[in-house]
Parts: sequence; C-alpha cells; structure tokens
Amino acid sequence: MFVLIVGGGKVGLNTARQLLQLGHEIALIEQRKVRYDLIAEGLGEDALVFGDGTEIWVLEKAGIGRADMVVAVTGDDEDNIMISQVAKLKFGVPKVVARVNNPYNQPTFDLLGVENTVCATTAMLNLIMHELPAHRFVHLLSLRRERIEVVELEVSENSAFAGTYVQDIDLPEGVLLAAIVRAGNAMTARGSTEILPGDYVLCLLPPGKERELIRVFLPEEEPERVQLESELDTSEG
Amino acid sequence: MHVVIAGCGRVGSGLARDLVTQGFEVSIVDESPEAFHLLGDEFPGEFVVGRALDWEVLREAGIEDAAAFVACTDGDNTNIVIAQIAQKKYGIGCVVARVYDPLRAELFAQAGIRTVCPTRDVRVSLLDAVRACKITPGEG
Repeated sequence: MFVLIVGGGKVGLNTARQLLQLGHEIALIEQRKVRYDLIAEGLGEDALVFGDGTEIWVLEKAGIGRADMVVAVTGDDEDNIMISQVAKLKFGVPKVVARVNNPYNQPTFDLLGVENTVCATTAMLNLIMHELPAHRFVHLLSLRRERIEVVELEVSENSAFAGTYVQDIDLPEGVLLAAIVRAGNAMTARGSTEILPGDYVLCLLPPGKERELIRVFLPEEEPERVQLESELDTSEG
Repeated sequence: MHVVIAGCGRVGSGLARDLVTQGFEVSIVDESPEAFHLLGDEFPGEFVVGRALDWEVLREAGIEDAAAFVACTDGDNTNIVIAQIAQKKYGIGCVVARVYDPLRAELFAQAGIRTVCPTRDVRVSLLDAVRACKITPGEG
C-alpha cells in the first residue's frame, strides 16, 4: 500500500517508520526545514517531500494521485481538516486518517466529513477515567465511522441487575451486552450468564444511547455526574 | 441584518466599518485583543476575542442569527474550515472566505463557498495596469 503522511512530527515520523517496516511504500511531507533535515538523516530523502502539505501542488508532488491512504498528522487541526478534505474531494483518496490535536475541534472534523480521527488527549482522558475508581461508566472506544461506541459499566452491590441473567435484562434498543469481566477475566456474555455484583459489563451501542444505558444499569448514579465522551470533546452544550 | 466577520486585520476591520456604514449590524472576531484598535474609536459593532474555530466564540459573535459570514483571518485553511462551519452547522446562505491560494479557492468555490482570491485578483489588476501603458508584444 502507498501511504502519504503529512506532518513529520513524532506521530508522523513513527508512523512512517512502522509502515516502512511492514513493507509499505510511504511519502512524508514536512515543512519545517530543520525537522526535514533531521528526518532525512534517518529515513533518507527518497520518500521525503519538503513543503506545506496543505498546498495542492505539494501533495501532487508527493504522489497523492496514487495514494491508497492519506494520514494527516500535523500539529494544526485546520490543516489536518484541509488535507483530509482535499484528499477526498479533489483526489478521491480511498482512506483518510486525521489527527485531532484539540478535542474541542472534534465536532468540526465530524461536521466536515473527516470520519477517521484519532485524538491523543481524548484517548488519554478515557484511559485515566478507566483507572479512576470513582467511575462506574467508562467510555472505552469510539468507532466513529461504524457508529459504534464501546463502554464499560460496573455492576454495583445494589444494582437491580446483580444476580440476574443476561437474557432477562431489558436493554435499550441497539445496545448489545457483549462481555462480562469478572475478577479480571473476560467472558462472552450469553443469555444464561448470571451477572454478579462487582462485575464489569462491556456493551456495544450506537452513539447517543449512553444516557439510556446508564439509566438502566446505574440508576443510583446522577446522570449529570457521569461524563460522556460525546460531551467531553464537543463545545456544544 | 447581522454580519459576522472572522479576522480583524486591515481587511476585516475595514470591511467591518464599511458594512456598518451601509447599515449592517456587525460583530468581528479576532484572537488578539489588541486587534480592535484597527476598528477606530467610533466602531458601534461588537468585538469578540477568541479563535473563530471555536463554535462557542462564533455563537458569542451571534452567528446563529447572522445573515452573512465573512472569513478573513490570515490563514487560508482556517478561513475555509470556519466558512464551512458557518455553512453547514449554522446554515448561513451567504458565506464568503478570503483564500490566497488560487487552487484551494477554486476547489472550495465548487463546494459552494464564495471564495475571494486576492492573488488572482491582483494578477488581473497588474496585467490591466501593464496593458494600460498601451505597449504591444513584439515591439522593441
């Protein structure tokens, strides 16, 4: 596969290295001369293009016309959006992955059709929430394009579901109870599986169903105290 | 009629004053608090400090009730992105963006943004100015 990477910072450079190791062809665009020279020492200049990756002619010089994938990982969100849009609109690149630097800009990526995004801050925050004992509802993963959210809920002592069987739980529409983690071990949730206090259940659900699920599983939790990922990274109230 | 302008540089501030003179209600956004000096002491419109990429800042500037949005920050990419926010999120029909790069200006004009490309316009003006000297190719 030919992957065009725009932005030669830590993310871009390491992505390039990994892809080369896996046997893919890459091109990397970097606009800071000092950084470009540094990368050239390690990677060689064959796959490197010096210039502003939001300029259409620079993208063309780097071979965007035949790219199977474009990875926009500069430090500027507006630049990453622009690169993604140009890749799709003008060059019909089949796959585009973009980096979100500021989680507040996530809704703009979504609005402008840049679906495959990665935000280090949001990922880090989710991980922190996962490790904080106070959180009974944790957002684990967002598959934006597929419109699937993966969440984890803790079954408390006084949960109405402690001691019930999976088949007897009336879940909100579209929610799939996929797995149960008990004492650190994960198992597939079957209809005949009994849910015990202290269990963690993993659910797959469409975006926007979190609140409903919380009402079913954690009725004792004040809904406004539960931070949802969909609210965490949006500037919309 | 309310108009929101993003970018209070020489162009944005001048445009703000022009629009006010023509009877529009104007608010202008810039990330630098010092930028409002360019508007002069008498500017009756609103000045909002913040990044135009931030939806909250745009709302503070009244984008929800705006009839027009003008993106003239110093960044082409910022202008194109915020113009699309105005268009797609807030449904503004009259969205104008300054885009220096002719290629990007053309690409996003096709996507429904009224792009104004100073580079292209200056080229035309310069060519006209040269032609005004009434010289012809092939001579001297």
